[in-house]
Amino acid sequence: MTPFTTLTGIAAPMPLVNIDTDMIIPKQFLKTIKRSGLGRNLFDEMRYTPDGAEIPEFVLNQPAYRTAEILVAGDNFGCGSSREHAPWALLDFGIRCVISTSFADIFYNNCFKNGILPIVLPAGQVEALMEDARKGANARITVDLATQTVTASDGRSFSFEVDPFRKHCLLNGLDDIGLSLEKAASIDAYEKRAAVQRPWV
Amino acid sequence: MSPKTLYDKIWDAHVVHEADDGTCLLYIDRHLVHEVTSPQAFEGLRMAGRSVRAPEKTIAVPDHNVPTTAGRDTHIDNEESRIQVQALDRNARDFGINYYPVSDIRQGIVHIVGPEQGWTLPGMTVVCGDSHTATHGAFGALAHGIGTSEVEHVLATQTLIQQKSKNMKVEITGKLRPGVTAKDITLSVIGATGTAGGTGHVIEYCGHAIRDLSMEGRMTVCNMAIEGGARAGLIAPDEKTFAYCMGRPHAPKGAQWEAALAWWKTLYSDEGAHFDKVVTLRGEDIAPVVTWGTSPEDVLPITGVVPDPESFTGGKVDAARRSLDYMGLVPGQKLSEIRIDTVFIGSCTNGRIEDLRAAAAILNGKKIAVKRAMVVPGSGLVRAQAEEEGLAQIFIDAGFEWRLAGCSMCLAMNPDQLSPGERCAATSNRNFEGRQGRGGRTHLLSPAMAAAAAVTGRLTDVREMM
Repeated sequence: MTPFTTLTGIAAPMPLVNIDTDMIIPKQFLKTIKRSGLGRNLFDEMRYTPDGAEIPEFVLNQPAYRTAEILVAGDNFGCGSSREHAPWALLDFGIRCVISTSFADIFYNNCFKNGILPIVLPAGQVEALMEDARKGANARITVDLATQTVTASDGRSFSFEVDPFRKHCLLNGLDDIGLSLEKAASIDAYEKRAAVQRPWV
Repeated sequence: MSPKTLYDKIWDAHVVHEADDGTCLLYIDRHLVHEVTSPQAFEGLRMAGRSVRAPEKTIAVPDHNVPTTAGRDTHIDNEESRIQVQALDRNARDFGINYYPVSDIRQGIVHIVGPEQGWTLPGMTVVCGDSHTATHGAFGALAHGIGTSEVEHVLATQTLIQQKSKNMKVEITGKLRPGVTAKDITLSVIGATGTAGGTGHVIEYCGHAIRDLSMEGRMTVCNMAIEGGARAGLIAPDEKTFAYCMGRPHAPKGAQWEAALAWWKTLYSDEGAHFDKVVTLRGEDIAPVVTWGTSPEDVLPITGVVPDPESFTGGKVDAARRSLDYMGLVPGQKLSEIRIDTVFIGSCTNGRIEDLRAAAAILNGKKIAVKRAMVVPGSGLVRAQAEEEGLAQIFIDAGFEWRLAGCSMCLAMNPDQLSPGERCAATSNRNFEGRQGRGGRTHLLSPAMAAAAAVTGRLTDVREMM
């Protein structure tokens, strides 16, 4: 996993609430057996007409936002299915950070497994960043994970919370499985205990 | 000892390791796997030279992609779907995990197969790369959806890195009125709390109306906990739960059954246990409901009218406007006057035998007045039982297509899809834009309500037909 330390980039505003995982990556693209290549179909049905032409009004089709690396989104971003194809598609497009007032739990969790930082901020601050994002390509937002701050183009800075373990893994690009396998002795001991206490499992 | 919730008890019984910051390694008792969210996980194992730690606790079944028409056990037309199903065949074989291939009568939707085969039992931790894993919470099992990276993590370690969620109690008091079902409960709860109401929480459903539900109904309620934002829903096990589990192929037998039962009977929230959030609904106040928009929280009694987007606040105003535009509806329109093209009965929410019985009871002897209606049983065994009970014939005589088991039109990854503008009354769980096919319009409702809509050709109050 690529570490996430700091990021300064264009932020695309997506104020719609409840942007679900079917919007982020529709199911016809879940038939892949790979993780890569999904960026082209990120937000597919909002981004393209049925015959594949770009819908010019869609934010990521606008010249200012074609290389956006940050999304500032409405409440409850990523609700719906557990498909990790959603963060894979965001990442493949180039999005490394999503800012909203709230995220669906599974999506939020999936982001951290892929080097994407989801940031939760109060409504007023998300609105301020949304306004900043609306300024287009000249307005770059800076995210610093180590100091847990987001800085708007006008210099206003907001702090955010992040779980220390997730922060550590993201800053260092650590693989969860490797870390958990270091606890193999604990897992062995648990299994021995459970085999006595709950042998039917 | 301080009183514990049901969630606390199951959690505590599964902690393998707790770090200083509270991050836990949680043991996973059952890992369910399907073809869409697992290929990259198995590939990851191969690339790292890792094996599946507990293949005997891992159960795989193809469901999302599989066609629901005859001949699928020998050939799947869609190449990408075929590759995914073949990949699961190969992965199940190579890693030695329990497997129900398409050709097996026990094949079906993973969340229906798990309980049916006795893999899901009270007090277990159950995960699957699918958000509707919440279904298994009906047994008092801590069950939730995970992403593919976590699927790989569970395959390799049989554990999951978790932070404990908060406790939320949803109590449904009293009794349901005639024509009101588990689906109406679960949709009404989401209507009351919103799709983010349960975010960060595990919901325990309780109260008289929940106790009154069958295991099938309880699965319907827990299934949609995720639509309320909660990763998991739970219902404390009771005699109904034990009766359902007893004798299932993978349920314990003899002395082990007795030992299990003794522990299962301790699985309830203690008197005075703390809940961070409590929501109470009166069972008598719940009506048969339908959704009008593109979020499961857009739900109203069938006697209602399409709401005015201006009646909402904040970002919901624009979202509702967009929904109505997508759904082709206007404010003030009576929900019971909305014409329906298609009826879909099935899914992990409502593809069990009781659901088919409820729909067939409404249909009995009547004909459909919609362009297309299909029943997709949740498993091959549900299908066989429905045939034995004569339900299949009722559906067929009414004009329904009687399909083979799978997820089908709930998420339309297989050929069962809506066309742009096609309006569907669906017993599934999500009415998102494009969910059942690009441009397709979904109204969520109960199986009995779906059958009523099939007969009249419009959204219909099932109570008028009882």
